[in-house]
Amino acid sequence: MADEQRQPAAEVVFERVTKRYPGRSEPAVNELSLTVPAGEICMLVGPSGGGKTTALKLVNRLIDFDEGDIRIGDQSVRSLDPVELRRRIGYVIQQVGLFPHLTIAGNIGTVPRLLGWPKERIAERVSELLELVGLEAEYSGRYPAQLSGGQRQRVGLARAMAADPLVMLMDEPFGALDPITRDRLQNEFLRLHRQVRKTVLFVTHDIDEAIKMGDRIAILREGGVLAQYDTPDAILANPVDEFVARFVGADRGLKRLALRRVSDLELIAGPAAHPGDDAAPALAALDSFGFDTLVLLDDAGRPCGLLSRSALNGGRISAAGARPVDSVVEESASLRDALSTMLSQAGSHMTVVDGDGRYRGLVSADLISQELART
Amino acid sequence: MNTFVFADSGGVVIPNFGGGGENSCVRRNPAFCWDWFSSHWGTVFRPALFQHLTLTLIAVGIGMVISIAFALVAHRYRWIEPPFVAFSAFLYTIPSLALFQLLVPITGLSRLTVEIALVSYTLLILFRNTMTGLGEVPEEVREAARGMGLTPWQVLWKVELPLAVPAIIAGMRIATVTVISLATVAAIVVNEGLGAPIFAALQTSFNTEFIAAGVLAIALALIADGLLLGVQHLVTPWARSRRTV
Repeated sequence: MADEQRQPAAEVVFERVTKRYPGRSEPAVNELSLTVPAGEICMLVGPSGGGKTTALKLVNRLIDFDEGDIRIGDQSVRSLDPVELRRRIGYVIQQVGLFPHLTIAGNIGTVPRLLGWPKERIAERVSELLELVGLEAEYSGRYPAQLSGGQRQRVGLARAMAADPLVMLMDEPFGALDPITRDRLQNEFLRLHRQVRKTVLFVTHDIDEAIKMGDRIAILREGGVLAQYDTPDAILANPVDEFVARFVGADRGLKRLALRRVSDLELIAGPAAHPGDDAAPALAALDSFGFDTLVLLDDAGRPCGLLSRSALNGGRISAAGARPVDSVVEESASLRDALSTMLSQAGSHMTVVDGDGRYRGLVSADLISQELART
Repeated sequence: MNTFVFADSGGVVIPNFGGGGENSCVRRNPAFCWDWFSSHWGTVFRPALFQHLTLTLIAVGIGMVISIAFALVAHRYRWIEPPFVAFSAFLYTIPSLALFQLLVPITGLSRLTVEIALVSYTLLILFRNTMTGLGEVPEEVREAARGMGLTPWQVLWKVELPLAVPAIIAGMRIATVTVISLATVAAIVVNEGLGAPIFAALQTSFNTEFIAAGVLAIALALIADGLLLGVQHLVTPWARSRRTV
């Protein structure tokens, strides 16, 4: 997808931004300062009344701020005509807001048409985007009323990205979807974001969504004050105050587990051997670890059985007395899933394999809790 | 014994009994005489029908321009809506005969008088429906449009107005049927339209002319209504494509 028009992502900087609505004593956004590095996803979360949607709309000037400045790249949003500015910023809202009278292709091509792109280039871009958001080409001629909620939001995403914006603003884009569709769209958006690095400001009230999607999370409290701005892991590990701790939830330890993968751990190099190997070195290895179970590997290096110390009496290792490998976890699994599997099994250790099923080592509950304590 | 007097586009005609004698259809005066109708189609009814159509088209056309223009302005400047509604509702309540009576001293026994009256009856319906159509555009659609960088004018022209088309056409259908019906009364001002043969027939006891003109007016209304419905389907393909699962 070499497109000469592709723009680099731009940093978004809030500098002591304040917005007051007339007739209200408290500001909606109060001296908000934060920097979203280019290409990162920044999640804006907080209770209702925290000003997160207001903060988002200040960026494309659907709402104008009173004090401070917002810069995209090195350009103040105030230095541009709002209409010009908005055409360079992707905007996705919860209710999607597709134009009912335009086809899917017509909807996606809206901003390119405003920018005066030639017809062929718009058509090309539309089919490229449909593919990117996982919709078949046949959808291009349909009307929004003919689509499901999830499909509509895919179109909403495609439409927001049509003119290759510098920044994407997303206001609870998946909030109205059922949990399964939401999860799928979240994953697809993350995949898409790895492909097309845009700076994304993403409003949600769902802390789990924020932890899952965000490179960084900005937690706003009532009155539009920034409570904490950091990576999801850092916020979960060290909430700055009671408010943030309560907001991220008492189960924040478990939530952190969801952020780590088994491959992040230094796995225990548990003893393993192939059938036919000498038993003596295997016994020595078991002794040095204080283990009494040996992992048996097949020719491809995949675990094929577990052998107790008592079965290792002969000169050569035999698969005869082996029991099946009961708990295996892939190294790409989250620690949360690994721990959950471990809790449902009797053993203290679990066998870790790579994507091809080859043996990588062992993981234990202790190892996981040490990892959390370490950082 | 010619007791029947008929109005024609050329003025007053004595019906031709066509040598039919005592048993001619006209003399027997049943509900409808096909022969008489077909022999007078070219001289009486076709011209009257076209005049009627012209009166209607002009009235609805001008009514649309005025109403939609005011609705677009009122959509932006809300304060315009109440006085315009009050004014057009006031016009709507004036009995048509009284309105002609009021206008004749000013604009005379002319087409202009007729059109002013007819247009004034379309305003309330067309304005109201256009306002409703513009108002029913979902807020999120409007917000998405603004957020994507459409100017206020583009939001109105490319989003709100197209989405208001079904409501506008619904208003046009009511207005058109109303005007077709009212335009028959216009014959007391100008000797035009399907009202002319009806008025003429009222002065006699000859059924055919009266019934033919009435039926033509009804048919015209039904056809116009059907055509507008067809137009709506053609120009709003999005409104009929609901999800089919």
